This record gives sequence, structure tokens and C-alpha cells, in this order.
Amino acid sequence: MRKTDFPLLEICDLSVSFKMYDSVLGQRDLRVISNLSIKVDKGEILAIAGSSGSGKSLLASAILGILPENAAVAGDMCYNGQKLTPRLQEKLRGTEMALVPQSIAYLDPLMRAGAQADGHKKPCPTAKRRGIFGRLGLSESTEKLYPFQLSGGMARRVLVSTALITDAGLIIADEPTPGMSLHQALEALTLFREMADEGKAVILITHDIDLAFAFADKIAVFYAGTTVETASALDFRTGPESLRHPYSKALWSALPQNGFEPIAGVQPYAGNLPKGCLFAPRCSCKSAKCEQEAPPMRDLRGGEVRCFYAM
Amino acid sequence: MTEIVKQVFIHIIRAISLLFAVSVISFTLVSASPVDPVQQYIMGIGPVSEEQRIEIEAYWGIDKPPAERYFNWLSALLHGNFGTSLLYRRPVIEIISERFQNSLALMMCAWLLSGIIGFSLGCIMGMNRDKWADKVISKLCYLLSSVPTFWLGLVFLMIFAVILGWFPVGFSTPIGMRSSEVTLWQRLHHLVLPAFTLSLMSFSNIALHTRQKMIDVMNSEYVLFARARGESRWTLFCRHALRNTVLPAITLQFASFAELFGGSVLAENVFSYPGLGSAVSAAGLNSDVPLLLGITLFSTLFVCVGNMIANLLYGVVDPKMREVDR
Amino acid sequence: MSQTRYRRRFNQRTKALILTIILAVLMLVIYTFGILISEEAVSTDVLNAKQPPSWGHLFGTDNLGRDLLMRTVKGLSVSMTVGIVASCISAVIAILIGIVAAMGSKFMDGIINWIIDLMMGIPHTVFIILISFSLGRGLKGLLVGIAATHWTSLARLIRGEVLQLRSQHYIAVSRRLGKSSEWILIHHLLPHLAPQLIVGLVLMFPHAILHEASISFLGYGLAPEQPAIGIILAESMRYLSSGMWWMAVFPGLLLVLIVLLIDRLGENLRTVIDPYSAQE
Repeated sequence: MRKTDFPLLEICDLSVSFKMYDSVLGQRDLRVISNLSIKVDKGEILAIAGSSGSGKSLLASAILGILPENAAVAGDMCYNGQKLTPRLQEKLRGTEMALVPQSIAYLDPLMRAGAQADGHKKPCPTAKRRGIFGRLGLSESTEKLYPFQLSGGMARRVLVSTALITDAGLIIADEPTPGMSLHQALEALTLFREMADEGKAVILITHDIDLAFAFADKIAVFYAGTTVETASALDFRTGPESLRHPYSKALWSALPQNGFEPIAGVQPYAGNLPKGCLFAPRCSCKSAKCEQEAPPMRDLRGGEVRCFYAM
Repeated sequence: MTEIVKQVFIHIIRAISLLFAVSVISFTLVSASPVDPVQQYIMGIGPVSEEQRIEIEAYWGIDKPPAERYFNWLSALLHGNFGTSLLYRRPVIEIISERFQNSLALMMCAWLLSGIIGFSLGCIMGMNRDKWADKVISKLCYLLSSVPTFWLGLVFLMIFAVILGWFPVGFSTPIGMRSSEVTLWQRLHHLVLPAFTLSLMSFSNIALHTRQKMIDVMNSEYVLFARARGESRWTLFCRHALRNTVLPAITLQFASFAELFGGSVLAENVFSYPGLGSAVSAAGLNSDVPLLLGITLFSTLFVCVGNMIANLLYGVVDPKMREVDR
Repeated sequence: MSQTRYRRRFNQRTKALILTIILAVLMLVIYTFGILISEEAVSTDVLNAKQPPSWGHLFGTDNLGRDLLMRTVKGLSVSMTVGIVASCISAVIAILIGIVAAMGSKFMDGIINWIIDLMMGIPHTVFIILISFSLGRGLKGLLVGIAATHWTSLARLIRGEVLQLRSQHYIAVSRRLGKSSEWILIHHLLPHLAPQLIVGLVLMFPHAILHEASISFLGYGLAPEQPAIGIILAESMRYLSSGMWWMAVFPGLLLVLIVLLIDRLGENLRTVIDPYSAQE
């Protein structure tokens, strides 16, 4: 009974780095995720929002344990209170944890959609899959099509069906909306909302902050490979005064409906991270301390923030 | 369907244009040679009657301008008259059809063997990239491409036929036996060494190609997603890697008919195997012009057919090409 | 960091350069040694015929008592001459055809592609036999035959390279500045193509040697009394069943060794003069 006390997935201080071998440059470590902490509970959608190129997709690979071989992982991940070891990840992949990848490139070009959605599990869940296809509005003939014959929206729904077929408790959706019309995007996100309402935990990795605000329960703001703030979606809808981290506030102001004010500077590159706070070079209220020491994640007003000065 | 018909049509036109060009080139080369076909003929056959002489001279169109001689020859070809072999004293077309059966048996065995061995080794290398198996096999592939096949054939002949006595020293059937009496087993027994030698020539090519393709597939996004869905290495191999690598490999195999035929010339000479390859080198050495021309044209046709199959297969296996009408 | 980076690259190229020089010198030594071997060293000596390998005759002797090591080395130098000349001729054909294909009209490009397809359509061995027959066998037929069949792959490479270079910005700028095609060819294209061409030439060399050996083996090419690896191996066929294994094994092994060394030489040369493409 104790198990229910744990969040479904809890990640503490996760770091991912790559050993790069280069015949010209020699060997070096590239840290793409540093000290990342998130929690997600059953029945909720956690949006991980950040701009493109901040290493968000690798987070999905790290949770599932499918990072490339030259990646090194540090930190703790717990699923339902159990430590996520490579062995456990292998057991949970495709049964308890499911990934909804971002594009049609994740479908085998030489396999028909039906076989693709059925997956490799025996016995073949064809009847169940047909039901799911029907629910997603995919006609029966879709199962005979090859990926190149699917429209963007159809491909999206085929990809979603691969997650629905598993009865997984945790669904990780990696950039599910780019390339879709607003209507299609809303439709896709509604699907994830339904899944969460059925008691699944959904992690929505996205750079579409606007949509994340509307559909998620909690939002983790991702910057240069770490989370700088975790807050309820309500705080983001309220405005900068209820937000904690300067980057979250800046993100909010950069949205078109809030003034379209861009943030000065660029996100640091994974091979070239600043020593102290990762946001310090672009922060308007930094101090000398910020440039020397990385701030820890701390609780603040019902959320979490990684800043010395946030109030 | 219409797309495929169109493709076939284009390839046939291309093949005809190539064959025509080859006929021009080979006829020109043979005409330029210091060997006079008529003289050679008469010397080879010995005293000839006046009628025979006229017949031979008519076939070669002696004393006519080169272009006319060529078209004379070409029209004879198109009527199925490839001339008579000086070496074997029989119509060239008969010799080609008889010997091609032997060559085809040899080449197909070698082709299948190199395809299967090469593809399997390529899979092993690709699935174990940068592990010891990959390193050892790829070194072996590079080494084999530096070894002359005919020398390897000689060494095999020496070890397995002369010293160990496991296989016969040459020919496609036991010596002194009528072809009707030869059993299939005896034929196969004579085929093993030459076919194996010939297959060694081309398998490194297909192995290295498959290795690269396999690595590309294993690094693809769809394999990453399949791993995220819990597929094991073996399932990944069976469900995705095999499907996406075997068809390009087969296409490549069909496109390698030129090397296959070229290699068979050497292998057949080493093993005294009575096929087209040993006939073409004998024809050249003995100035048997009709046979030399006939086999040159035939080998080009053979290569064209292989390339055509490769190109068509490429279209057929790719669902984008196949389901274009749907 | 950047210093070690620089040093690593420097070291790699230096190592490749040293290896290239060693291999080139080794080739040169074998080559001159082969040329300098006198007729006496490979003269017949019936009393010493069919001797297995010994200290006096490392590779043994052949059916006429000639020392096989001497014959093989002499044959190798002949093979190397054929290889160099044939590779150079085909490189010249390749560069001319490659440039014409890439510079000229679409029509010329189509024609040249058709010719390349044609060359790949006839099995090389058969085509060389035909050319050799046409030229009355001998060295000339061998050279022309090998050159005629080997230029295609290099020509394709150069064509691709020229097409890529032509789309580059600075070539377009040059053209707008009113420079002629010839000027661009000499000042921009050739300097870029030279490393590719040299490496392609060296890497074509072992292929040419292997072809030379196999054509000589078939009885085309050099005359039977001339020393050539292919001829020695063809002779060895007759004595295989009488147990003269050394006649087939050693000359072939030496040939493989030389081919491997030249291949290595080409790869190292690539690292020296074209380090970026060598990394792939």
C-alpha cells in the first residue's frame, strides 16, 4: 500500500554526458543534461518546456534507457518507488513506459502501418489495435499503408496508437505537435489529456509553450540541459508575478500575446557551459555569486526554482 | 503497373543500344588485329574446296569497305548465324549454349554462395560494430580484395585436390565419361572448388556494403523507437534490420554480373572447367574470331540482364515505386 | 586543449608521411632490384631444376632450374612498370573525361555517362582479351587493355567533384568577374582535384597489377619467356600434380604482399595530402 505514496516517476539530479571521440580533437565530455530533477504523478500531465536544442529529447531516451552507448548517466531515477536500473528499464520499455516519438521518421519505411502499430509482442494484438485505430479516426484501410503514404496527421495518430496499445502507466510524448495545424495539435493534445484522465502519467516534451500552458497540469522549464523552475500550469497562465525564475518570466514575456519581447543572448552550447548558474550570462539580476556557484533546486510557493534570489 | 512497363521498356532500349555499341567496338577491334580471319580459317581447316572458300569469304565480306563488312556480319548475326568456331569446328551458337549451361551452374553457385556468406558476414559486422568480430572480418575482407582470385584457386587446387585428394583436379565431369552417364553428385563434386573460389572474389564487396547499410539502419530513428518499445537486439534484427538491408544487398548482387563473368574466366582456366570463360580465352589465343565475338556479345547481354534485374528490383521492392498507382 | 589538438593532428600526418616515405623507398628498392637482375641470374640450369626451397634458392627453382625468387622479383618489377604506365594513362583519360562531363553541356555529360556504362557492361577480363587480341597480344595490348578498363571509377569521382566545385560560391564569383573557363579550370579546379587524382592514381595501381597478373596468367600480355608473375603461375599449373607447390605459393604470396603494401602506401598518402577525406 505504501507504493501509492511515491510519484510514478521521480528524477533526482540526473546528468547525461557524451564521450566524444574525434581523431582531430581527441576525447572530451559533452554534458547535455545536468542536475535535472522532475516528478510526475498518475493522472497528470507534466510539460517539459524549453527552446529547441536544449537536450529535451535525450531526457526521454535517458528515462527509457535507450541512450547511445557513449553516453554516461548519473543521478537517480525511480519508477513507482523502485530504482530505475537498466534491467528494470528493459522490463518496463513497451509495457509500463511508452514513447510517442516526434515524426514519421520513427516508423520503419518498409513496414505497413498496421504491423507497425501491432508491435513485436506475441500474440499479435490486432483486434485491440483495430479498436484503437477506430477510436483515433483511422479508417480500416490505413493498416495497409506504408509510412510514406500517411499524411502528417495520420502518422501522428499511428504513433499515438503505439502507446495506447501497451496499457503503459507512463507516456512520454516527444514534441508531438510540430508540423501540425492548430486543429490537429489540439486534437493530439486532447488525446493526451484523455490518457491522463484515465490515470496515466504523461510527460509532454515540447517547445510549444503556449499549448503546454493550456493542457498541462505542471510545467517544468528546461534551460541548457536542466530544469530551472517547476510550477503549476496555473501560475504560467496567471502571469510573471506568480512565476519564480527570471528565465520563466522572460519566456512568458516572449509570447506573442504578452508583448513578444525577446530575451537577449543565446542559450549556452553543451560543450561550453558557464561555471555557475547556467542562466547567469543572460540574467538581468545576477550577482557575483551566480557566476561562481550553481544554485540548487529549492521549494518556493508550491513550486520549485533554481535561483538564489527568486522570491 | 504502367510505371514498371515503362521502366522495362527504357531498360530494354538501353540494353539494345549498349549491345549495338559493343558489337561495333568488338568488330572494329577484331578487324584491326594482325590476324586475318580468312587466312586463319584456311590455315586451320587445311585444304578447302573452292565452294567453302567462297562461303567463308562471303561471311567475312572480304574486299569490301569496313562499314559494309560490319553490316554484312551484323545481318548474319541477326539471322542467328554467328559463324563457325575454328577451334571446335562447330557453330558458335551451339558452343555458347552448351558451355553457358556449365558456366551458369558455376556462376550461380558462386553467386548464391558469395551472396549468402557476404550478407551474413555483413550482418555480423554491422550488428557488432567496432567489436572484435567486426574488426577481424573487415580486415579479412580488405585482405581478400588484394588477393588475386586465380592464385587462390591454384592454392585451393593444390591443397584440396592434389594433397588432400578431396576434390577432382578439374573439368566439370569425370574424364572419359559420357555426359549422359554423369550423376548430379559428380557434377556437384566438380563444382565445389571452382564455385567457392569464384565466390571469394565478390563476397567482400557485398559484406562491406551490408555492414554499412546495417550500421545506418541501427542508427536510424525507427530502430531507436523500436528499442523504446522494448524490442530486443534479436527482434530488432529480424523485424527491421533484415528487412531494410536484404533488398539492397540482392540488388547489388544482380548488379555485379560483370565482375562475376570476369572472375569466371579466370576460375574456369584454373580448374579447366569447360565453360564460356575458358572458351573465350582459348578463342583469343587460337585466333578463333567468330567464337571470340560471339562470347563477347553474349557476356555483354548477360551483364545487361543482371543490371536490368537490379534496376527493376530496385523499383519493385521500394514501396514508393510499387504502390505509386494506389 | 587546442595545442594538444594541433599536436595530435600533426603527429598523425607526420606518422603517415614517414610511413609513406618508407613504403615508397621499399617499392623503389624492389623495383630497381628487379630491373638490375641480370639475365644470368634467371638463366636455365637444368642440373638444378625442380629444387624445393633451400638457403641457396629461397623460393626454390622451376622446371628449367631458374631461381624462382629472382624470377619473381624481376617479374614484379615488370608488373610494376605495367601498373604505373596503365594507371597513368587511365588517370589522364579519367581527368579529361571527368572534366568534359562536368564542364560541358548536359548532352556531353549524357554521352559520357553512356560510355562509362558501356565500359562497365563488358566484363573487364573479356574486354582486355579482345583488346590484346586486336593489338597482337604483347605488352602494348596489356597496357591499352588495362588503361581502357580502369579509368571509369576515377572519372566518375572527378566528375562528381567538379560538379560540386562548380556549385561553390567562389567559382561563381570568379565567373562573374569575367574569368574564362580555362582560367577557372587552371586556377580553381585543378588545384582542388590534384590530391584526389594522385590518391586515386596510387589506389588504382594495385588493381592494375592484379589485372596484369591475371591477364598474363591467361596467356595474353607478355611473352612466355619474359618474367612475369602471371606466367610463372601459369607454368606452375602444369607441375601442381607433381608436387612442386613452391612454384605456385611463393610468387603469389609476394604478389599479394606487394599489392597490400601499395594499398597501404595509397592510404597513407591520402592522410598526408588530403587529411579530411581520409578520416571517414
